[in-house]
Amino acid sequence: MMPTVLVGIAGLLGVSALSLLLIHHRAATLAVYGACLAFSLALGTVAVLSIGQAPSETTLPLGLPWLGAHLQLDPLACAFLAIIDAGAAAASVYALGYGQHEAEPGRVLPFYPAFLAAMNLVVVAADAYSFLFAWELMSLLSWALVMTRHRAAKTTRAGFIYLLMASFGTFALLFAFGLLAGTHGDYAFAAIRAHPLSPWLAGLALVLTMVGAGSKAGLVPLHVWLPLAHPAAPSHVSALMSGVMTKVAVYAFLRIAFDLMGPPAWWWSLPALLLGGATAALGALYALMETDLKRVLAYSTIENIGIIFVAAGLALAFKAGGFAGASALALSAALFHGLNHMLFKSTLFFGAGTVIVATGEQDMERLGGLIHRMPVSSAAVLAASMAIAALPPFNGFASEWLIFQSILVSPQLPQTGLKLLVPAIGVLLALAAAFAAACFVRAFGATYLGRARTRAAAQAHEGDRWSLAALLACAVPCLLAGVFPGRVIDWLQPVTAALVAGQMPPQMNIPWLSIVPVSAGRSSYNGLLLFAFMAAAAGLVAILVRPRARADRRAPFWDCGYAGLGVAAQYSATSLAQPIRRVFATVMFAAHEQVEMPPPGDTRPAILRRFRRDPVWDFLYAPIAGAVGTATTFLNQTQFLTIRRYLSLVFTALVILLVVLALWG
Amino acid sequence: MMSALAAQLAQMLLVLALAPALTGVTRRMKARLQRRVGPSILQPYRDLRRLFHKEVVLADGSSWLFRVAPSLVFATTWVAAALVPTFQAGLPFSWAGDLIAIVALLGTARFIQAVAALDTGTAFGGIGVSRELMIASLAEPAMIMVVFTVALVAGSTQLSTIAAFMAGMGGLRVSLAMALVALILVALAENARIPVDNPATHLEVTMVHEAMVLEYSGRHLALIEWAASLKLLLYISIIACIFFPFGLVLDDTGVAAYALALVAYLAKVTISGLLLATLETAIAKMRVFRVPNLLGIALMLGLLGTLLLFVSGGM
Repeated sequence: MMPTVLVGIAGLLGVSALSLLLIHHRAATLAVYGACLAFSLALGTVAVLSIGQAPSETTLPLGLPWLGAHLQLDPLACAFLAIIDAGAAAASVYALGYGQHEAEPGRVLPFYPAFLAAMNLVVVAADAYSFLFAWELMSLLSWALVMTRHRAAKTTRAGFIYLLMASFGTFALLFAFGLLAGTHGDYAFAAIRAHPLSPWLAGLALVLTMVGAGSKAGLVPLHVWLPLAHPAAPSHVSALMSGVMTKVAVYAFLRIAFDLMGPPAWWWSLPALLLGGATAALGALYALMETDLKRVLAYSTIENIGIIFVAAGLALAFKAGGFAGASALALSAALFHGLNHMLFKSTLFFGAGTVIVATGEQDMERLGGLIHRMPVSSAAVLAASMAIAALPPFNGFASEWLIFQSILVSPQLPQTGLKLLVPAIGVLLALAAAFAAACFVRAFGATYLGRARTRAAAQAHEGDRWSLAALLACAVPCLLAGVFPGRVIDWLQPVTAALVAGQMPPQMNIPWLSIVPVSAGRSSYNGLLLFAFMAAAAGLVAILVRPRARADRRAPFWDCGYAGLGVAAQYSATSLAQPIRRVFATVMFAAHEQVEMPPPGDTRPAILRRFRRDPVWDFLYAPIAGAVGTATTFLNQTQFLTIRRYLSLVFTALVILLVVLALWG
Repeated sequence: MMSALAAQLAQMLLVLALAPALTGVTRRMKARLQRRVGPSILQPYRDLRRLFHKEVVLADGSSWLFRVAPSLVFATTWVAAALVPTFQAGLPFSWAGDLIAIVALLGTARFIQAVAALDTGTAFGGIGVSRELMIASLAEPAMIMVVFTVALVAGSTQLSTIAAFMAGMGGLRVSLAMALVALILVALAENARIPVDNPATHLEVTMVHEAMVLEYSGRHLALIEWAASLKLLLYISIIACIFFPFGLVLDDTGVAAYALALVAYLAKVTISGLLLATLETAIAKMRVFRVPNLLGIALMLGLLGTLLLFVSGGM
């Protein structure tokens, strides 16, 4: 299977090169995205089929001459290849239609296939050099895609911050691999696996990995670039960055923490649990306070990454404690949620892209009523919204249910610290789920429901057939994976067997297609049956309770007798979040409102101002930026010295170095 | 097997038939406590029949979602209610969803109800939704913590298993007492009862649930009202089967046991209805922005209960 994967990746790179020749051709968009679709479908199929096979490895004579490029295809790589290429295929289908609207296709087409290839390469890389090379390639290409609309000031700022954070992340990963390679200095993963570090050095490497992978995935407080950069890109790229590239970051964490570092110590799980829990709750709260549709989605990505990291942290804690079954449960939940998030977040970004094409607006305060003019895409987005809000019978509930089940088996962990921490993390996850539900009621309601707030929204049109095909291709699996979760769980078991030496009970043998995480007496869930019951009951009600004699009448809305109020009187996205903002955001985000009421007789309008601060910017990034600024101003003086002073500086530095060396020896 | 399926069907129909009566009992008791005669206990049934026969007036500019939502809300709530043991535990389909799934099913119903309320683009629909979301964002985590506490004591999230375990358990547990208080607070909030919301009010500034369903009429309103009373019965059934599982049929033991179980269940529901009416008469409704304090208490009690069990070993 390895050669097929290599051909696929080489093919994507080839498409990228060929697109340079085609760029001014009319059919370039169709040709490039069509080829990307074909290659990613092939790669995805190979990955799905070969997950249960024995790992295969190969070395290509590329990269460092004494190392070569090690590549491998093991269950973990296959699982993530499947996620990446399914998302890539859907995005390519979407782009077949959406890409036609691109003003400057030359800024997207050459980078897009190479970006897909780079993400695939990260996952199959089996030495630190190839891994970091592919990682950096992925970062830079996604940066180029973010900069597509480079003339907007917002985009350049987003691009700058993204570039800074991406470099910082790679830097941290570089050190992590440096520590992992240790003194023997062999960067092949096989060699790293063979020489486990001492627990404390490994802990340091893990923290560096958390910083490196976490900054790409969007863990709070390293998330600041994500809500700027993801929305700035074209929508199919946003879907890829949010739904897929964050998963590559999760892959990096899983690969290093579960595979390369050897047997874990229990406290390795702490950073993942703490940061994951905080990220989940804060990400959802941030999302509730945004009004830009794509930024809401980007913040919700942060929330979901938090959920995945919590599950991964639990799996690490269980692995350290020797509870292989529980560890397999938590890890399956993490992987399943990763897959699910790719599905519904792609749908939601495709939906947002369709809205932007149809109206030219992405501020929810300037949308509304789109359900009438965009029936298919609104239905797909509604399904994805319910899935991301973790509501049965959709897939988001199935994976979050597994995470709750793994929290419920964690009292068997012996460490008091974890015993105290895990319930608190449970509260954060439950809060995040409730916030996510609120967030998507609000996002869907403000965008698609009610009355159109602008003329652009009133004259919207449904997306083209490619967009609709992509929307349905991601929304339908959201339901399928929720109704048949056992199939997905079984498919993931080779990964847990390889990483934590444990497996969940085989799900497909359980009657009625239920899923049973531990044992039947303890808990079970049957999405199929619930869905069938709900559909049957709703159908029964619809048939039994039919309109009598007269047909339903249409009339102006009642609204307690206030009918006739204008469009502006309906609730906006901001006002829908007002109670939650007031309850949850007054302390941390210092959210407050100020009303300026002119005195009686004065005809000036009253003004309502809203204030909110971003604690992460104010308390972490602003001081750092300030310190860097001060330091550079200070060092600036050294640019204007006389030659004598430069010489004396050099001399002093030399003497100091020699003294240090003398003392060292 | 056949008798078990029959029991399952009977239970599904029982909750459906009983739910309006519970609302009737509560209203009647409330009226008596306020020294009014009050409507008959059967009044909710008459109301439902009347609503089902009335014509539906759809608001201008409402979409298919507005029309489909009542059936979906009703169906989802009914399925959730069918998963809760009433007179018998361990029914054939009880393993289809555990307590977490029941909470999530109610979340699905809430989600559909909320988007339907936003569909007409009215100010009251919006105000109802925004408050409902605020209340749910605390009530749902609190409920999950209650589920955790109970599940850690009983070693299962399946309600039937929990009920069987509780029926056989002697003595009191501190964490369970906390869970009970938290569950009652959550139930009051989720069912739009005083002190969180007033089911009888139509005063605009105070309402939450009523504001969301303001635009509904005819059979749509009937389904929503029925679903609301089902939800109240569901919460009472959950409390009854976890904390007061007396008389519950645990395995097939003949007609006498069934009769006893049914009587016990009816008694539990009636007593809960009376207690609810007394509580609602005795206390006043809270300001909307004081509700988070109440639900915060529920959340903390749930968390403390879970923490206690985690530290003491749990399951």
